[in-house]
This record gives sequence, structure tokens and C-alpha cells, in this order.
Amino acid sequence: MYPSDGAVAGHSSSASQSVAGSHGRARSAWPADSKIVLGPEEIGRALTRIAHEILERTNGASDVILLGIPTRGVPLAERLAARLTQVEGRPAETGSIDATMYRDDLRLRPARTLRHTAVPASGIDRKIVVLVDDVLYSGRTVRAALDALNDLGRPRAVQLAVLVDRGHRELPIRADYVGKNLPTSQREQVHVLLSEIDGEDAVVLSQQAEQAGADLEAGR
Amino acid sequence: MKRHLISAADLSRDDALLILDTAEELAQMADRPIRKLPTLRGRTVVNLFYEDSTRTRISFEAAAKRLSADVINFSAKGSSVAKGESLKDTALTLEAMGSDAVVIRHSASGAPHRLAGWVRGSVVNAGDGTHEHPTQALLDAFTMRRRLGRLDGLRVTIVGDVLHSRVARSNVLLLHTLGADVTLVAPPTLLPVAVSGWPCEVSYDLSASLPKTDVVMMLRVQAERMNAAYFPSVREYSRRYGLDADRMALLPEHAIVMHPGPMNRGVEIAAEVADSVRSTIVEQVANGVSVRMAVLYLLLGGADVTTHESEASR
Repeated sequence: MYPSDGAVAGHSSSASQSVAGSHGRARSAWPADSKIVLGPEEIGRALTRIAHEILERTNGASDVILLGIPTRGVPLAERLAARLTQVEGRPAETGSIDATMYRDDLRLRPARTLRHTAVPASGIDRKIVVLVDDVLYSGRTVRAALDALNDLGRPRAVQLAVLVDRGHRELPIRADYVGKNLPTSQREQVHVLLSEIDGEDAVVLSQQAEQAGADLEAGR
Repeated sequence: MKRHLISAADLSRDDALLILDTAEELAQMADRPIRKLPTLRGRTVVNLFYEDSTRTRISFEAAAKRLSADVINFSAKGSSVAKGESLKDTALTLEAMGSDAVVIRHSASGAPHRLAGWVRGSVVNAGDGTHEHPTQALLDAFTMRRRLGRLDGLRVTIVGDVLHSRVARSNVLLLHTLGADVTLVAPPTLLPVAVSGWPCEVSYDLSASLPKTDVVMMLRVQAERMNAAYFPSVREYSRRYGLDADRMALLPEHAIVMHPGPMNRGVEIAAEVADSVRSTIVEQVANGVSVRMAVLYLLLGGADVTTHESEASR
């Protein structure tokens, strides 16, 4: 199977839909050997640190737009924006960018559901765009997002912030801001849970589930 | 979703909502500086039109091009069809040229169904005889949802030449799937014999139906398909079943007026109604491109359904 950029193949598109009526995936659904690598406090501290790094590197973030990559990049971008606003006292711009139509693995599985793209009305031209995602893995989602960005305008610079960098890059892409470097084997899975979507904050590491199950899950 | 889109009845509620939601995202693209996505690069869509069409053909062509697919336009006039080539032979020719999808419009009901048995790619029905026109029904549903915010429980009245209308049949099937309540209003001569089996109500009195309607859809009187006298005169038809300003005033304040086009102004719809703020006729054309992009993306954008199934079962 093709390693996708999130932890589980298609986890960001399927989890919030297939589990009817409730938040994200149920805790009990994970394999027994799952372990929590980051708890709510650590996630909060990592985001605060990233927010300060963004302020430092962009001279106060006056023309920064935080664009989350759906699904879980979007609430992360909003949390970062809230911290920037707190420190600098003026609201930071946020949005979301769906890169599905630009992916290089579209033909490997059935058509994926599109996610919402929302860019501030003032556009992204001459701004500093910080792409925000939950897990950096192969780098292919980020490449697709860079292509999508290209069709939306011409930012002055593009940077990348991720909560977890789990390694195993397949493209020459690196993150500018990393919450936690998490060395993993390719047989492991990294799940990021966020209270906005899953009802709680956690980063969970588990062994890869049955291949057939993962394929089915990627079905939409 | 199935591999082909031949009938609105092929779509489950989830399929239909997926198409509408996808179209909603794609509709945003109209405001962007670059209105093109790379998604279907290297794929070929053939527009196979055996019947005259302006908006549907151009709409499919625009949709395929915005997704970067290559488009081959084929119209029966000026092709080997004029020399007597059969649909099957034409289909095999297209197949040999490597088409990934065929969009077909044909005067014979059932032609897309036959075609689907001959080609490997997806078949999209762009109107077959008096049978179905599923993408028109999808764009109509999309327009209703955008204007009125919902489809479930919506009261839709479809008026006019139901007998010859593929739009009416597809709309009844799709809107029923999506939870709307459909009423057909037509002279008895312009209703199909089997209409009692359709999931809708039937009425013969337009003025009585209008006050309890959220959407009124006027159908074109298809004179070119009429081989007998279905009503005494155009004037009498217009007076009983046409929508003029006085009738429009009977509608609730929020109601919208739709027409799949091309219109016979002064017959089924008065010019002042067609040009009023309630009319969504121009909007329907714009929405058509978004909806057809969604259909092409969902049929062609992913893995070949058949190969995926065989991989999953391994």
C-alpha cells in the first residue's frame, strides 16, 4: 500500500464521517499496544512554542496567513492563530486549503471526498503563508498543497508547521516548525486527536492494523 | 458510486449528496484567478452527441477542461454516422482511441445503457430520448439547495410536457431520493401512461398547486417530439399551463422558478417571469458546470472501480 501523508491512509477523510454521529474514532477501536505519545498539556505547549517561533521568524507575523490542511490541520491553524493574537494583540488570518485534487495518488484508490478550501478575502498574494498539518510523513500532501497554493496566488514565502514529524520523507520537503519529532517505523501509525474533532487532545502511536482494514477505510 | 451515470435512480441518497457537496466545493473555483485543476490530466472524455444540444455539450466540455481532461467532441452531423455507422461501431472506434469516459446524448431511450455494455470506460447519460437526463436533475437539485438551503421536505411542482421530458423523469427520481415532495401538473395527454407508478403526486390544476410550492419547474413543450395533437392550441395550453406574472404572484414569497432550457418564451413561461429575480434559469447553467465537474471527478478521479475491487479481494 501507498504511504499517505497522514498517519493512517485516508484517516483524515474517513474518520469523521464513517463513525456515525459521534466524535472521531472510539478509543476502544485501537489495537491493544497503542500508546499515547503526547497528552493535552504537551500539545498545548508545543503549539505555544510554534506560535512564538512563527512570531520570531516572521517579525511579528503582521502579514502571515495560517492555512490548515484538512481535516486536523484546520483546528491546529486556528489554535496557532489564537496564540498569535494573544501575544501580538491583533487578529491573525486563518483559512484552509484542500489539496485533494492535486494529489499524486488519486488513481490508487476510489475518488476521495473533497474538503473545504477557504482563503481570506484579501487573498494570499505577497503574504507569508504558513501551511499547518497534523502529521508530516511522506511529504506528498504538502507537495500537493504547494501546487494548490500556486493556483490561488503568489505568496511572498511559504512555510510549514506540523504537530508531529514522523520521518520517512519521499520528497525533498521539510517543516519549518515542528511540535515533536517522533521517530517511527513505517509499520506504525500515528493518530492525532484534537478536541474540536475527536473530543480529546492526544497523539497516539500504534502498530499498523490489518492491511485489508486499512484499504477499506481508505475507501472514501 | 457506480461506474456509469445512466439513470438518476442509480444514485443512492449518499451518492447524490456526495455529488452535490463536491459540486459545492468546485463552485468556489469560479472566483479564483486560475479556474483549472490538474486532476484529470491525461484522461480523455468523449462527447458523443447524436442530438442537437448547446448548453449540455458546452457544459460538459467546460467541466472536463476545467479538470484538465482532453475532450473529443463528436457530433453525428458530419461524421460517419451520416454514412450509416451504427452506435456500436462508433463506440468500438472510440474505445480503440482510448477514451476514459463517454458522455452521450441520443434520441433513442436506452442508448447509454447499450453503450455501457460495449465500452470499458464510464458512460454518462447526457439525455436519451424521452427517458432520462440525470446531470440536469443533479444541477436542478443543486440550484434548489443553494437557493432554499435544503431539499428534504421541499415542495417541487413540475409543470408541462412530462410525457416527452427526460428532465421530469430524472428530477422525480432524484428529488424523491433526496426527500423532496414532487407534484406533476400537466394536461392528461402529456402525462405518461405509467405515471401512477412514479413516486410523486399528479394534478391538472396549476393555479391550485402554486400556493403550496417552494419550487416551480416549467418544462419546454417539445414540439419536435410531438407526432399528434396533444392539446387544442398553443394559446390554450399557455393559458392553462403557462406561467405568467399573475400566476407567479400566487407563489409563496420565497419560491423560485426554474426551467431547464431552451425556453419557449410566451408558451410555457412568460418573458417577464423568465427574467424576474425569482427565475434561476441563468444560475442553473452556471451550476451545471460545477455539477458536471463533480460527476466527472467522482467517476474518473479515483482508481478504476473494477481494478480496485479485484485488488481489495486479493
